[in-house]
Formats: sequence, structure tokens, C-alpha cells
Amino acid sequence: MSITKRIIPCLDVDNGRVVKGVKFVDIKDAGDPVEVAKRYNDQGADEITFLDITASSSNRKTILNVVEDVASQVFIPLTVGGGISSVKDIRALLNSGADKITINTAAIKNPDLISEASNAVGNQCIVVAIDAKRKANSPNGISWEIYTHGGRNSTGIDALEWAQNMELRGAGELLVTSMDKDGTKQGFDLELMKAINDKVNIPTIASGGVGTLEDLYDGIEKGKADAVLAASIFHFGTYSIKEAKEYLSKKGINVRNTYD
Amino acid sequence: MNIIAIIDYGMSNLSSVEKATKYVAPNDSVVVTSSPREIDNADKVIFPGQGAAKNCMESIYDKNLDKIIKKNSKEKPFLGICMGMQVLMSYSEENSGTNCLDIFEGKVKKFKTRKDTKIKIPHMGWNKVSKKNDHPIWYKIKDESYFYFVHSYFIDPIDKSTVIGETKYGDIFSSVIARDNIVAIQGHPEKSSDTGLQFLKNFIGI
Repeated sequence: MSITKRIIPCLDVDNGRVVKGVKFVDIKDAGDPVEVAKRYNDQGADEITFLDITASSSNRKTILNVVEDVASQVFIPLTVGGGISSVKDIRALLNSGADKITINTAAIKNPDLISEASNAVGNQCIVVAIDAKRKANSPNGISWEIYTHGGRNSTGIDALEWAQNMELRGAGELLVTSMDKDGTKQGFDLELMKAINDKVNIPTIASGGVGTLEDLYDGIEKGKADAVLAASIFHFGTYSIKEAKEYLSKKGINVRNTYD
Repeated sequence: MNIIAIIDYGMSNLSSVEKATKYVAPNDSVVVTSSPREIDNADKVIFPGQGAAKNCMESIYDKNLDKIIKKNSKEKPFLGICMGMQVLMSYSEENSGTNCLDIFEGKVKKFKTRKDTKIKIPHMGWNKVSKKNDHPIWYKIKDESYFYFVHSYFIDPIDKSTVIGETKYGDIFSSVIARDNIVAIQGHPEKSSDTGLQFLKNFIGI
């Protein structure tokens, strides 16, 4: 099997601008999504994920322009998430040039949306985002619960059951974020990743907690993830995508080499 | 100036293919169309597609495009992408069996995960294409270059001399085929960064 493990930088977009520091030496405007996406493409990013954090719903349409502009100049898969709640929203993003969309809260409110969306646009476009937190007391060993709204609202849903349910309903991929690890730079929740990968046979993306290149390696090797997503280590210039790939490649992970 | 028609049969989001084609052919006229006349009128034809085989074939018949696709695939440079490659075959196992356009003899089969070679389905991500034969579509593209793939079915053509690229996912499958003026690829050149753009550029230059 020679499919490569993917490295995905994730960008927060607010009102059409990239927020959080993006440090490239030769970039004029770090807030311009096209410039940032181009730079990540040049470094060898395998995909780019945009998370629309625009609060006001009246400004929601700006993400469509962002996707349109980026997709006209950057030719790698683009995934877009944030505030998507209907097949209509999904179609609008795909028509603008997105390749995949991620859904979290809307799937929990209405799991049928995943089946509907998957039938309408194909499961390869539908990524279900799972935000999971460890439960304090679990009689049968470790278990995780699904959260929404960036980890603020608990749902009572078991993460592993939810992952299987979403696969059955037609999710093409799962984006798994550990709410315990997110922002800590202590590495992915490897047990969570491994547990989900033992349950499903669709690709999974590990997210939440990356602080070092070794964390990326662990997510793939120990967590069995097909792709790893990170934000801050790339944005703040701690490591480049190229460095990440060189590191993984040296440790025997099959990655797409774009720098020979 | 060439006219490049991208066939729209209502089955997929063509915006990425359109954007990438315009990017590599800024001086050509790129039209996304389901009109038989416009397709006939084009100098080159791109036939993309996503979704399930049965729906694709139904859409093609609904829009009376089957004969136009067959005719144009004989007359001018013609590029099938993803599902637009699969439906060129005789038959697909998808949707309990679907008869396809039969432009290439052979079947479309589903990936199977086995105990000895466990693979996830869909095959989603970047994978290598090993060149099998020389072809102008490979101009400036290195052997074992990476393309972006997303699919659950793969083609198995009877005439192996048409295979110009192979990819390994569990087993080895035919990822690029060519015959006369037709080229077809399972991966997505429009999403395969510089390699994919070169591939599209080569097609435009044929």
C-alpha cells in the first residue's frame, strides 16, 4: 500500500481573513487566505482546511468568496468547516471550489443530514468532525463523549458509537479532535485515535494537541491516523510542512515528497 | 485559441476542473456544457465525474449525451477523469451492476479489504502513479509522481496495452489509460498540485 499519510494545516478564517499568526518570511499579507494557502501548497501541504469562525451570520457568505479565490489559484484539496447546517450550504461551498466540508454540530442535531448530504454529493465530500472528551468515570475502561461548540456543550453521546454511526450514514472521513488535548501542545489523544480507527474503515484525521513533529509521528504510527491536522505549529513558524515531512520520512512514514 | 468543453451531465461539481483548466489554458475558451452542439464544436473535451456509476449513466442517457461522448472520443483529444474514466469501460460492478459506455473493454471493480492487505475505502489521498508506457501526457512528469485520488472502485481493462499508469492500493490497479486520442485518469489532476497542472497542460497541448 503506497498511499501517503497526509499533513493538513488548518486555518481559522474570520470575515474572509486568516486570523491567528501565520509566519512566512516572504509573505506580504499574512491575512490573505490566497497567499497563505499558496505558501502552504509550495511547502508541500497535502490539503488545506479552512475553519470559518465568522460569528455574524450576515457575513457567512464571505467564506464562499474565500473558497472561490483560493480554489482558482491553489490546486490541492480544500476542506471547509464551520456553521454548515444544510445540503444547500454544502452545495454552495462545493460550487465555490471546496472539495470536502466538515460538519459537527449540525450532524448531532440532525444525524440524517449526513445520509442526505452523502447521497446528494457523494461520501467523499463529507467529513464528520468529532470533538471528544474523556469521561471521568467509565465502568468499561476509557470512554469518550462528544461535545459541540468547541468543547463547551456535552451531548451524552459516546464517541466510538458516534464514529460508527457516522460511517454507516455515509461519512467519507472523520476529523477527530481531542478536547482534552486541543491547545495543550502535549500531543494527540492516541488512545482515542486508535480506538476510533479500530471501529471504522474510513480515513481518519487526527487533530488537537500537536506541539512537536514527534506528535505527528505518534498520531500516524500509534494512533493509526491517515492524516494529521495542525494549526499553531505551522502558523507560528515552529516547523514548516517541509520539515514535518522530512522528519516523518526519516522515521519511515510514507509521505508525499515534493522537494527532490 | 482552442475551445475546451468540460462535459456537464449534472453529476458532479465541476468547478475545480474548470478552474484548473482555465489556469493552465488562460488563452483558450473553456466551456462547461451539456449541449451536444457545443461539445461537437469543441477542439478538446474533458469528461469529469463523481458519484455512483448508475446515476452517472442515467444522467448521460437523460441528457442524450451517450452518442456525443462516443463520437467525440473518436474524433478529438478526450480526457476522462475519475468517474469520467470509469464509465468509459464496458461494465461497472457498482449499484448491483451497471452497463457503461463500452469505449474501453473491461470492468470496474470495487476495492476489497482483506486480512493480509487491510485497506480503507474510499482510497483517499495522494498516491504514486508508475508510468507503464510513453505518452505525450507524461511530458515533464516524473515516474512515480503523486496524484490525488478519491474513489472506491477501479478499472480493469482487458487490453493491457492501453494501460499507461499503474497505482498500488492493496493490489495494483490501472490508474491511467490511453488509446488513440483518449486519455483517462482515475486520480484528480485538478487537485494534484504542480504534477496535476502539468498533466492538464499536456492534455491541452496534445
